[in-house]
Formats: sequence, C-alpha cells, structure tokens
Amino acid sequence: MSILVRIPTPLRRFTNGSDEVGTDGATIGAVVDSLEQNYPGIKERLCDDEGRVRRFVNIYVNGDDIRFLSNLDTPVKDGDEVSIVPAIAGG
Amino acid sequence: MTYVTGLRCRECGQSYPVAPLHVCETCFGPLEVVYDYEAIARVMRRDTIEQRPRSLWRYRELLPITSEPRIGLHSGFTPLVKADRLAAVLGVKELYVKDDSVNHPTFSYKDRVVSIAISKAIEFGFDTVSCASTGNLANSVSAHAARAGLACYIFIPHDLEAGKIVGSAIYGPRTVAIRGNYDDVNRLCSEIADKYGWAFVNINIRPYYTEGAKTYGFEIAEQLGWRLPQHVIVPTAGGTILPKVDKAFHELVRIGLVDDAPVKIYSAQAAGCAPVIQALHRGSDLITPVKPNTIAKSIAIGNPADGYYVLKAVRDSGGWGEAVTDAEIVEAIRLLARTEGIFTEPAGGTTVAVTKKLIAQGRIPRDESIVICVTGNGYKTLEAVRDTVEQPFTINARLAEFDALYGQLGAPALAERVPA
Repeated sequence: MSILVRIPTPLRRFTNGSDEVGTDGATIGAVVDSLEQNYPGIKERLCDDEGRVRRFVNIYVNGDDIRFLSNLDTPVKDGDEVSIVPAIAGG
Repeated sequence: MTYVTGLRCRECGQSYPVAPLHVCETCFGPLEVVYDYEAIARVMRRDTIEQRPRSLWRYRELLPITSEPRIGLHSGFTPLVKADRLAAVLGVKELYVKDDSVNHPTFSYKDRVVSIAISKAIEFGFDTVSCASTGNLANSVSAHAARAGLACYIFIPHDLEAGKIVGSAIYGPRTVAIRGNYDDVNRLCSEIADKYGWAFVNINIRPYYTEGAKTYGFEIAEQLGWRLPQHVIVPTAGGTILPKVDKAFHELVRIGLVDDAPVKIYSAQAAGCAPVIQALHRGSDLITPVKPNTIAKSIAIGNPADGYYVLKAVRDSGGWGEAVTDAEIVEAIRLLARTEGIFTEPAGGTTVAVTKKLIAQGRIPRDESIVICVTGNGYKTLEAVRDTVEQPFTINARLAEFDALYGQLGAPALAERVPA
C-alpha cells in the first residue's frame, strides 16, 4: 500500500469519501486493477469497454501525464503519487 | 425567468440538476446546459433582440442564468469589421473580422464566458471566484470579480507576458504563478477546486462558462443581417469557443432566427502547440497532448479539454484546420494592423495566418463570405512584436533637426489603396 492515489470528487462515492487512498502495483494499469479490487466499480469510470483510459480522464504520476510516458504501462514504485483529474476547459 | 431545464452529459446523456457540477459521474464527460428551445422560439424574435442593449445579454434566453444579469453589462457586441483592405491582400471577396480585441472590460473574448460564469457563481452563492489561466481569462475574472465585489484567486503559468500579469493584478486578486505550463496549472487547479469551496469559472462553473462563448456566434449572425457566414476561422486552445460558435449557429437555426445554410468551420493553432490540428490531419479522434512551445501563449494549451469536440465540429461542418509558425503569426499580426488598424495578440495572428494559408491552399474559396475570429488584444503582448516594428527616431525639438531627418527618410510610405 505504498502508492498514493488522489481521488477526484466524482469518484469519492467509491472510496467512502476518501480523497486519497493507498494502493500498490507495478504499473498504472496494475494500480487501476488494484483500485477496482478495493473499490468495485471504479475501473469502469476510468476506462472504456476496451480497457483504454477514457477520453476525458487524465492520469498523472508525480505530476507527469501518463500519455507522455507509457500510458497504462507506465511503471510506478513505492512513494509515487498518482492523480486522477477530469479534463478542464480554459485559457 | 429561465429556459434551462438541467444539465446533461455530452457523452453518455445522463441528466443532472442545475448545480456547480462539471463532470459526469459515470463517464467523466463534460456536462452541457439543456434548454427548452420550443419555449425560447416562442419569445425570442429578431425585433425584440434588436431593441435590447448592445451587450451579450441581448441573447439571454439562450444563456444559463436565472436572475437578472449582475455583471458584464457592457461585455460583448463587439464590432464585426468588414475587412476590405485585408481581403484585397488575401485575394478574397467578402471578409470580416469579428473583433473581440475591444471587448469590455478586459479586451478579449474571455469577457463573454466570465460574464456568464460569475453571474452564475453569484446565483449559486459563492463569495470567491478563481481560475486557471494563460492570462486573458485571469484578466477577465479579476476585473469582473472586482466589479461584483467578490474575492478572487488566479493561477497562471510563471512565464506570462507582463501585460497579462499587471492586467490582472491591478484589479486586486491574489495571483499564484506556477512553475510549469498551463497544463500543470490546470491539473493543480482541478485538485484545488476539489478541496476549496470556490467558484473556479473554468472548472466547477464550466457548463455555464462555456455557454457564454455562444454569444460570439450569435453576434456574427446578427451583425451579418441575420444570416450565417459560409466560412469561419476560429483559434483553438482548450477548445471552448469553436464548438460553441457552431452550437450558436445551430441554435439560431433551431429557433428560427436565421435560415439554415452550410457553415464551414476551421480550427487555427500555432505549430508549437497543435495537438488538435495534428489529430485532424492524421484523421484520428485521439488527441495526443503536446508540450507547448510558441509565442502564442494565450493558446498554448497542450492538453485541450474540448479538443475532441473541436475535431467533431470541424469535420461535421466540412471545414478543416491548419497550424502556422511563430514567424507567420508575427507577420500576420503586422498584416492585420497595417491593413485594418486592428492590433491583435498572437492568438489573433494565428487565426489570420491560418486563414491566409487555407485560402492559398484552396480550402477556402475566394468568392464566399469569410469571418476571421480575433479574440485578443495586442497591447497585452507587446513582447511578441516589439523587435519587429520600426523604432522611433529621436531628435531634439528643433525644426532643423527634423528637416535633416526628413531629408534622409523621405515621404512616409502611403498605405496601399483598396481597389474600388
């Protein structure tokens, strides 16, 4: 339970209101699967039917967008922080 | 009086009540305001609109507020300039510039979205407003917050132009500069918005905020004499305005204020930050984020939230899009200034340069109506062009010195005349 995942408001009903949860896994994909084990239903909010990260979901490891890394295959290690952030408008 | 019936997810269609919500709990898709168009069509007529004050609130039935507008009473209704001299240079027949460089009070299109967002934030009872911004949005939120008497926190990248920083600070917000680019600012603000109970205009107020961008499209149609243009070129950053201009045209048709006619919509990006254009040219729906590197900082958003909807609107309309280099952007800023007397920021230079490119490619025909969207003001971004303009000749206040100088320089070049 050494990777910290920050949970955005729309997903907190799965985590009993927690805004941060600890989990483990060697990749982001494994972290998502681990979240699903502990908080059933959360994965389908994050990934589409084919298992890809949904269009309007951004996932960051220590502040870096996983699309600049290796998407769901991005490796994670003890002490890393993962953020799940909905897409936002702006300018 | 309101014609809003609720919010709905653009992706999966799930319904939500009118509240400070912005993301669908099922699929993370953006929420959109839903209107009762049949009721609106019964009350909104050309003549009633034309009698109203010349601001964006003249279209208020199609805007998502319930009580009387509280701010932005002078925002919108900017000039639609018939650009004959620029048209002559570009070799086209009917060209207009929709000029939000003179929007009130902070000289960019953002005064539209912020007028709606802060009016709605007041209705929701917030006392603090906030935003993540590349500059223009922060300027507008700061000014409107001051006018409304609300507390204001703004978040910007650390490397903005001086005009954009002072242009917020003067109104008295608290400014936080983030070491990183806009996408880093956005990510942080999403987490701050979750933790602090503020109205982030572009986060938890987003469904209402984005509706304000429609007024740009309503005005184009009204100012053309209640008709739609055949071609519109729109800058793309986060992707708010282009789909909303498209939506505005569809709404006007739907409620019977204009005749249905095809409008081709084109997206303009800087080559140093063109994730949407790259996806468009690849023929893909999948937008790969980029790390921005361009002087067009106001549109330097590498991870555009609504990029997917830009692609959809462009493709559905039969339009296209292009990206242009920083050198082309600067040249286009100078071209617009020297032909039409309009000084825009690099985002506007991008739109003009892309228009030029699309005409040269034959994508935009030369004999149809064209509207270029200029969404920001060049006086805020002097750094972008300062080294490309003629510097002053400094002399003492003596006629003989001017005579000598004039002898060297000769008569000033006359601007090229537009063919009659």
